[in-house]
Amino acid sequence: MSIEVRHLTHTYSEGSVMRTVALDDVSFTVEKGEFVGIIGHTGSGKSTLVQHLNGLLKPSAGEVLIDGEDLNGEHVNRRALRQRIGLVFQYPEYQLFEETVAKDIAFGPKNQGLSAEEIDGRVRYAMDCVHLDYDKYSASSPFELSGGQMRRVAIAGVLAMKPSVLILDEPTAGLDPRGRDRILTMLEELHAREHTTILMVSHSMDDMARLATRLLVMAEGKLLADGTPREIFSRTEMMKGAGLDVPAAARLCQALRDRGIDLPTELYQADELRDAILRLWRQGKEATGC
Amino acid sequence: MLTNITMGQYYPVDSRVHRLDPRIKLILTIAFIVCVFLASNFAGYILLSAFLFAVCRLSNVPFKMLLRGLKPLRIILILTFLLNLFFTPGDDVWVSFWIIRITREAFLQALFYSLRLMFLVAGTSLLTLTTSPISLADGLEILMGPLKKIRFPAHELAMMMTIALRFIPTLLDETDKIMKAQMARGADFESGNLLSRAKAMVPLLVPLFISAFRRAGDLAMAMESRCYHGGEGRTRLRVLKITKNDMIACVIMAAFIAMLILAGRFIPF
Ligand SMILES: Nc1ncnc2c1ncn2[C@@H]1O[C@H](COP(=O)(O)OP(=O)(O)O)[C@@H](O)[C@H]1O
Ligand SMILES: [Mg+2]
Repeated sequence: MSIEVRHLTHTYSEGSVMRTVALDDVSFTVEKGEFVGIIGHTGSGKSTLVQHLNGLLKPSAGEVLIDGEDLNGEHVNRRALRQRIGLVFQYPEYQLFEETVAKDIAFGPKNQGLSAEEIDGRVRYAMDCVHLDYDKYSASSPFELSGGQMRRVAIAGVLAMKPSVLILDEPTAGLDPRGRDRILTMLEELHAREHTTILMVSHSMDDMARLATRLLVMAEGKLLADGTPREIFSRTEMMKGAGLDVPAAARLCQALRDRGIDLPTELYQADELRDAILRLWRQGKEATGC
Repeated sequence: MLTNITMGQYYPVDSRVHRLDPRIKLILTIAFIVCVFLASNFAGYILLSAFLFAVCRLSNVPFKMLLRGLKPLRIILILTFLLNLFFTPGDDVWVSFWIIRITREAFLQALFYSLRLMFLVAGTSLLTLTTSPISLADGLEILMGPLKKIRFPAHELAMMMTIALRFIPTLLDETDKIMKAQMARGADFESGNLLSRAKAMVPLLVPLFISAFRRAGDLAMAMESRCYHGGEGRTRLRVLKITKNDMIACVIMAAFIAMLILAGRFIPF
């Protein structure tokens, strides 16, 4: 499933004093199997953008094409489409409502009109994806769980629909390091195992460095840059201009280069930086002979 | 999705009307309501419309916003008009067939009653459109102050109103967000019969209530940790002061009332 965004513009509260242009002529294409990171300062239009990708918001101008077909066309069944393009909202734990974890996760598949066995299978599958033990948690109330667990239940609620594209809006916001790591691991596995196309909005450059195969940088409603993490993270000035950081490893690399240490510009992952430093160190040892 | 609710919504621009003291604005609004009942003929209603339109222009609130506030009332308005039209007794018959009888008196009364209702709502929405909820509650609290003597909880009421008004947009936002999140899971809020639609509301209402209760708890905690202990001995950040602007507004209102009374006396239609 490919998603093509063409000259997408969105204006909130058109024709009043509260008028905001949240998206301004954004164009890009996402192919099947990509892991796209969407980064940008708060208010840069990331959430608005992702809500267009499954038709929850209508463009003020421009279009969104799913496999070449206009998402907002007249004959498109948007409700069915939304189940193929799963969107996990920011703080998704606030949308839990059922008495038990299993029932809440079953909400999506039930709306798809699946049979009882299929639904049960989907619930087990989704809980397995997010590393929640079915026997232990399926009958407990979602409101008794910890924040991180609730978040995973909510994500399972979307995964249970087996979407071919998964979009997540800041899935790790407000979680402790362990909860964050669990979600990232889970996404990594999902991407590796099922080649699900994933689009993830995040503020954490380290998360992006770990997962994304491609990055979209948003600033003030515009698409500022589109490229591999290596390209994007080496453009420190552009990132600073967009009010963004680069991953800790890229920052360290830059600081070392500033002190005259001969490292390549495009390192951004902790282990590759470690290897590069070790290599330099060994060379230095050989040169001085001690 | 839920942006078409204007009743009780503040329109944040600057104008002479916005800057009026909320106490004065409240009193003037009450005066306007009295005026609506004083108007007894067409001349009076024309004066009322002109006045409302002028104040609206002066307040930099688009007239459209004011009309939008009337929209939820359209059914009541139509009902008022029809009931009065058909059931008011009169002598000067215009139309008469079967059981329907429309007289001149009935028509005029129907027209006046629905206009009156419209003016009442438009006048009061002008108050809420130009007064922020906080200053509105401030004004109300002071105006109701004398009632504290008979143990009327003026401060608590004003505080409750402030909080309620403050959280309307927040809850609307939240509703919008939860609705979209459930729609992303294939929920359907639009089709089906009454029962299935009511059932479809559960995934929306449960999270909404939980979040409202959580917010209420958080707010209570935040107020308490800033030593809120009721209205006793509480001072104000913005002390309300009557300015020249307010005096002018009162004079204009007085002149308007006089005009209205004169119009009722001396203009025959
Ligand atoms: N429902 C809404 N109504 C009006 N304005 C909105 C709404 N949602 C977002 N905005 C505005 O649109 C802009 C982009 O917001 P958003 O897409 O949420 O950015 P991000 O997710 O990158 O923080 C912001 O200026 C925000 O204030
Ligand atoms: Mg956002």
